Amino acid sequence: MKKIRKIFERIVESILTVSGALTTITILLITVFLFREGFGLFGSSEIEQGYRLCLNTANPVERLSSRQIMQVFDYQIENWQEIGGPDEPIVPFRFEEIFNYYSEEEMGADYELLPVRLGEYIAATPGIIAFVPEQYAPEGMEGVKVLHNDHISPADFFGGREWVPTATPAPQFGTLPLIVGTLLVSLVAILIALPLGLGVAIYLSELASDRMRGILKPAIELLAGIPSVVYGFFGLVVLVPLIQRVFNLPVGETAFAGSLVLAIMALPTIITVAEDAMRNTPRAMREASLALGATHWQTICRVIIPYAGSGISAAVVLGIGRAVGETMAVLMVTGNAAVMPHSLFEPVRTIPATIAAELGEAPAGGAHYQALFMLGCILFVITMLISVTSEMISKRQSNKGL
Amino acid sequence: MTHKRTNQHIAFWTLRLLGLLVVAILLWILGFIIYHGAGVINWEFLTTAPTDGMTAGGIFPAIVGTCCLIVGSMIVAFPLGVMSAIYTTEYAGNGKIVRFIRIMTNNLGSIPSIIFGLFGMALFVNALGFGDSIIAGSFTLGLLALPLVIRTTEEALKAVPDSYRTGSLALGASKLQTIWKVVLPSAFPNISTGLILAIGRVSGETAPILFTAAAYFLPKLPTSIYDQVMALPYHLYVIATSGTDLEATRPIAYGTALVLILIVLAMNLLASLLRRHFGKKVKTN
Amino acid sequence: MIEAKNIDFYYGDFHALKNISMRMETNTVTAFIGPSGCGKSTFLRLFNRMNDLIPATRLTGECLIDGQNIYDRSVNVDELRKNVGMVFQKPNPFPKSIFENVAYGLRVNGVRDKKFIREKVEESLIGAALWDEVKDKLKKSAYELSGGQQQRLCIARALAVSPSVLLMDEPASALDPISTSKIEELIHSLKDRYTIVIVTHNMQQAARVSDKTGFFMLGELIEFNDTKKIFLNPDKIETQNYITGRFG
Repeated sequence: MKKIRKIFERIVESILTVSGALTTITILLITVFLFREGFGLFGSSEIEQGYRLCLNTANPVERLSSRQIMQVFDYQIENWQEIGGPDEPIVPFRFEEIFNYYSEEEMGADYELLPVRLGEYIAATPGIIAFVPEQYAPEGMEGVKVLHNDHISPADFFGGREWVPTATPAPQFGTLPLIVGTLLVSLVAILIALPLGLGVAIYLSELASDRMRGILKPAIELLAGIPSVVYGFFGLVVLVPLIQRVFNLPVGETAFAGSLVLAIMALPTIITVAEDAMRNTPRAMREASLALGATHWQTICRVIIPYAGSGISAAVVLGIGRAVGETMAVLMVTGNAAVMPHSLFEPVRTIPATIAAELGEAPAGGAHYQALFMLGCILFVITMLISVTSEMISKRQSNKGL
Repeated sequence: MTHKRTNQHIAFWTLRLLGLLVVAILLWILGFIIYHGAGVINWEFLTTAPTDGMTAGGIFPAIVGTCCLIVGSMIVAFPLGVMSAIYTTEYAGNGKIVRFIRIMTNNLGSIPSIIFGLFGMALFVNALGFGDSIIAGSFTLGLLALPLVIRTTEEALKAVPDSYRTGSLALGASKLQTIWKVVLPSAFPNISTGLILAIGRVSGETAPILFTAAAYFLPKLPTSIYDQVMALPYHLYVIATSGTDLEATRPIAYGTALVLILIVLAMNLLASLLRRHFGKKVKTN
Repeated sequence: MIEAKNIDFYYGDFHALKNISMRMETNTVTAFIGPSGCGKSTFLRLFNRMNDLIPATRLTGECLIDGQNIYDRSVNVDELRKNVGMVFQKPNPFPKSIFENVAYGLRVNGVRDKKFIREKVEESLIGAALWDEVKDKLKKSAYELSGGQQQRLCIARALAVSPSVLLMDEPASALDPISTSKIEELIHSLKDRYTIVIVTHNMQQAARVSDKTGFFMLGELIEFNDTKKIFLNPDKIETQNYITGRFG
């Protein structure tokens, strides 16, 4: 009887031990799954999956960047000379157009002659660049060559300035506008929230009566508890029209609207962490300052704030972390234009908002899907860095002392 | 010399105003939503499904869906979180391992919810083949709530005086018996506050369920854990941004936002009541 | 001259000081001794109104410094504290450089003249018998100093704002014997220019440094007289018992 119980306890205790590793395992799993899906992107081809780009053999061009391909099909580049070819106007050609040149009968039954017809047409058109499905690609036919199909490169992903994941034939996955948008919105949010939050933290730790604390503390807890989608809704129906009117803008959904909403959302974090840090200033420090004839305010500015400095910077870092990762509220108020922002009063698109808005429409396993996971990886790395930074800062705080 | 007094005067009044500003912001948000939403909420709104392309009717399926997700995620997070906290506070001692676990818990807590959404989609929806379902959403939300449950449970366990433990051990009880019979019961009130706060958090999360559980419109109630559901926060997002007739859906959006806020308010209130109630009980003992 | 008249002091309901009256003459060292919790520190902290910082306290009676009631509404607390310096039980330098620690009091009192600040810092460090040890490392953090040096730095910091009174709350209790004797020598040398009040739990120290000694017990001033008289021939039996170590 006793022995059975012993064994039972052993089992339970080893289960407990395993459960201690739970958060570590979860983080590991998240890392594995994010990066596995995300890095698939750099194995995907530049051109939409299942398609080929074909040229006339007279054309010396062997490869094009995905950006050049997009510009060609957008008629922004109109001559091969601009991209290292002969002086020949470019003829962008989409597969469907073949039916303008050949009748149904000429395609044969079940379109078996389609590749042949495509090949004929390409061979006859020196400036052509034809976007055709793999299954109908006139590969190996005389006068036709297939444009080299590169993988999507990390340089294009991290350095690209255009995010057009649905562009055909070459979707653009340049994350720069998204990264800049995320940082812009978050940093401005912190610039707004920091003075306000710090002020309230000082007020709470130094001045507030017990009654005021009894009102403010639950209020701040509540602010922290309101779901982000409610903040987003509030921003959408109140702040966005307000901003549009006050600044006389064509649309109110701007980076600034996002920053304002994020500032409100980051307030509780900043206030709580900074207040804790200030409360931890030893009484001896305050007394020493006051005993020298400093006023309370001078003591706050010259002793308490410097002493709580690392705690306050931890608060800022955590606030940025919250802002960078916030999804729904930003998605609802920033207008979501995936272009490089030039001012605060233009629509922008952040990384989390992009994921939330597009993942639903991206077919699983495709380049777009992988690109969104790669965005997730960027976000994951940023927030991990922020978390570790704040950890290190608060460690420095606890090591400080007499 | 009165100069520094004047400075102080100005500074302190500014700080007081900032404090009031924060309260004012909260009241503005709450007031706005209550003002517009209070007229919408009635018995019918809470108990009927949306009709007419979501421009009329109620939010009953969304309420049911959110309840399913809350229950499901707590079934995942609560036992796991409590076990993990028991390990770190009662077994792991005070060494490097605990510090590492704690850092990892903090890190997990700081991961943005959209990442949980991505992860949940990759693992539960696709790899494990649950599809968009209550179970996939519950696992995702459960993992999201895990750090919160762990932290509050750890604090609750640490608040149990060591004398309870030594007392029980001295009577010949094993460590596990001590935890089960002495430590957990006396920590239970505080653990349950953590649970309630976690419910509050989970009920409002949108990003993690976007791709793991939430349905745009689903007039029928779920019949199994492999069904998709509507959920309150996602419903608010949808009708606020992509409805066919934004003017007509606004009142429903206000009502949904108010219901969400009421849930959060109720959870906060319940947690602080519990804290006060049990706080007193401990004192009189 | 410092004078206390019928002082009663309460922490909430707790009656901490009971009807205390005494006079401390200019340029003398007065020591307060007594068992811990007897109210001697509380009493000391009345003279720079440090007890104002503790909520729910109440004071009746009068505290006069040079004839002025320091609890009068017209008194500016910052000015008072500038005039009445204080040294605390544990050295509490700011996490700043040695120089900035001493300059702090000047800066918060609106002194901008750099030359004056430099001179005053040097003068104060010399006054606190620390100059020779730190003159080459004024930019270094105050935390790099030893405990005894830190305490002398705190004394220098107090001297820099030119107070007329120095309150010392067990200034050597956290220090080793050598540092303690340095502090005691310092008190001796400061006596000519400052009125010094020192709280100590160390009777030998009181005997060594003070001119007058007050013995406190349970919030009451039992006996106040010349130090020699207190230690050699006290009037009260309680004093006698405490001095001879029969209780405490």
